[in-house]
Amino acid sequence: MASSGFQLLKRTLGNRSTAARFFSSVSSTPIRATLFPGDGIGPEIAESVKQIFKAADVPIEWEEHYVGTEIDPRTQSFLTWESLESVRQNRVGLKGPMATPIGKGHRSLNLTLRKELNLYANVRPCYSLPGYKTRYDNVNLITIRENTEGEYSGLEHQVVRGVVESLKIITRQASLRVAEYAFHYAKEHGRERVSAIHKANIMQKTDGLFLKCCREVAEKYPDIKYEEVVIDNCCMMLVKNPALFDVLVMPNLYGDIISDLCAGLVGGLGLTPSCNIGEGGIALAEAVHGSAPDIAGKNSANPTTLLLSGVSILRHLNLHDKPDQIQNASSTQLQKGSTELLILEVKQRQPSSPMQLFIISKYVLE
Amino acid sequence: MGGRSIAAGSMKLKGMVKHAIGSGRSVTYMPRPGDGAPRGVTLIPGDGIGPLVTRAVEQVMEAMHAPVYFERYEVHGDMKRVPEEVLESIRKNKVCLKGGLKTPVGGGVSSLNVQLRKELDLYASLVNCFNLPGLPTRHHNVDIVVIRENTEGEYSGLEHEVVPGVVESLKVMTKFCSERIAKYAFEYAYLNNRKTVTAVHKANIMKLADGLFLESCRQVATKYPSIRYNEIIVDNCCMQLVSKPERFDVMVTPNLYGNLVANTAAGIAGGTGVMPGGNVGGDHAVFEQGASAGNVGNEKLVEQKEANPVALLLSSAMMLRHLRFPSFADRLETAVKRVISEGKYMTKDLGGVSTTQEVVHAVIANLD
Repeated sequence: MASSGFQLLKRTLGNRSTAARFFSSVSSTPIRATLFPGDGIGPEIAESVKQIFKAADVPIEWEEHYVGTEIDPRTQSFLTWESLESVRQNRVGLKGPMATPIGKGHRSLNLTLRKELNLYANVRPCYSLPGYKTRYDNVNLITIRENTEGEYSGLEHQVVRGVVESLKIITRQASLRVAEYAFHYAKEHGRERVSAIHKANIMQKTDGLFLKCCREVAEKYPDIKYEEVVIDNCCMMLVKNPALFDVLVMPNLYGDIISDLCAGLVGGLGLTPSCNIGEGGIALAEAVHGSAPDIAGKNSANPTTLLLSGVSILRHLNLHDKPDQIQNASSTQLQKGSTELLILEVKQRQPSSPMQLFIISKYVLE
Repeated sequence: MGGRSIAAGSMKLKGMVKHAIGSGRSVTYMPRPGDGAPRGVTLIPGDGIGPLVTRAVEQVMEAMHAPVYFERYEVHGDMKRVPEEVLESIRKNKVCLKGGLKTPVGGGVSSLNVQLRKELDLYASLVNCFNLPGLPTRHHNVDIVVIRENTEGEYSGLEHEVVPGVVESLKVMTKFCSERIAKYAFEYAYLNNRKTVTAVHKANIMKLADGLFLESCRQVATKYPSIRYNEIIVDNCCMQLVSKPERFDVMVTPNLYGNLVANTAAGIAGGTGVMPGGNVGGDHAVFEQGASAGNVGNEKLVEQKEANPVALLLSSAMMLRHLRFPSFADRLETAVKRVISEGKYMTKDLGGVSTTQEVVHAVIANLD
């Protein structure tokens, strides 16, 4: 079981370039990264992640920023200008769960981050963790979702009473950008196939444009196989045999649904890391679950998602052996079936944090 | 004497098995005089595996001597419009059985499936996804009916290029259509003794459009106090479908989400080759394979004649019930379920090696 798990992880990592190998072990100058602990259970799990990274000797120096209590007029939200500047400078960030304050007159926190940092792609690697058994054992895919336009443009209006129109916008620029990133990612991580998911048989011009852009980019990467799959086929194939897919690239709405579907295949949002890529190589990893205020401060939150998201930052920075170590440790810990970490939905009240930390640190240091 | 008792025992066992699979009706169905007159059904073989599976249905109907006769019309996915004579025939017969029509991707031709639904105002699409005994799946206790709004929403087909490189597509939601699909869903649940109706939406992002849909559902829900109503966001819904599908019963959705949810539900319950479905409107009904994925199949399936006829056979059983021939519907359904549970004649998508014809012969052999 352990060896097959290890094999799976090795396959996940793919073929690393020699340059990456050169960077992997010795990196003396610490890399600065912005950390948003967030609300609710955020600060605890952020603390866990910091400790685990320290135990693994990860050369990252964290710069913490908190959500303000007042609206910053420069950003029109509770995130301060300084926080955003810090991410822009450091180029990498890790974000814990943030509760959006209710009310008007300010933008939602996620929207602010997305617009200000121009985060155009959302990357979610989904792989079956050996140690957490679901009905699907061989999931190993990455979903890349266009994050800025599509059906989520927010442009709706009521034409007459009882008739509402909502606009879906697809632009060549955004589609090219996300397709470029998808193929670049596939090449970097040794992936063999990129599948574009669409509904161009019905939405001929909009999804047709998306597909055209994907095809153009595919021509520049001749050694990566490219295919197009209609979304109904994709859904069906995913639930029957997820091993058929490798990297998926999609417009906004389909991406939202498919990435959550894939998260469900491996065990839920409690196990899925997520990383947002912005213009200029900015990477902001986040925990996609909620802030669970009811278990905050009780030392029972599950840091796995934030930990795995942190690991994806390390991969983005081409530090490849540390992610292996940490990932192996958390998989081993899962595999040992420790009662501390059985249910991976954040809402569960299982005392897991301190024990898990201890066990992971133990494995990491060995 | 021993031989006779063994034979009697096996007959009894067969009877018990028959009863278990549900071939008996307890109280009889009393028809009106003249109900047995054969009904005309428009048959559209369609593209790809369509002709194979519709031929299968024709053979089984003949073997059962069912009171239906088929009027065949050739329609192919690359035609510009559905021919007027086909529409006339459907309007006359009120019922149609069709195979899949292939829609060219990215071409200038609008989908004929969508056109047909709009012309005949078939506003509700229904897919019944359930576990078949004998078919191994990862998920158990699945019995979901997805009712999907079929005429508007994202499939309005209204797209235009604003400037080169920017394309817009309109999603139109109207109160009229949302209300009638909600009414149909609750009425279906009421008539079929279903306990819960779940509305699937994305109203946290598309506040006005999906908000309108939800409002209509909520209004209709108040008229059916005995049916439980809840709402779920579409991404959470897909996640729950792959982990806990047993908590879903009837789902009502707008057009696009319905497509995804129906195909996902069909996939977890055994695949699109076995799930029945149909489209219904105020005046007409069209029955076809439930989930849209794979209803045209690929060339290999057509060449090797290994398409799965089970979905269309079960849909034709739905059609027979719709036409008020319940005993024929029961016989057909029982025969199909028996073939699947025995597991000897299954097509490739279910893990077997049989051809379409072999499955058809097995079904005919199993008819009472």
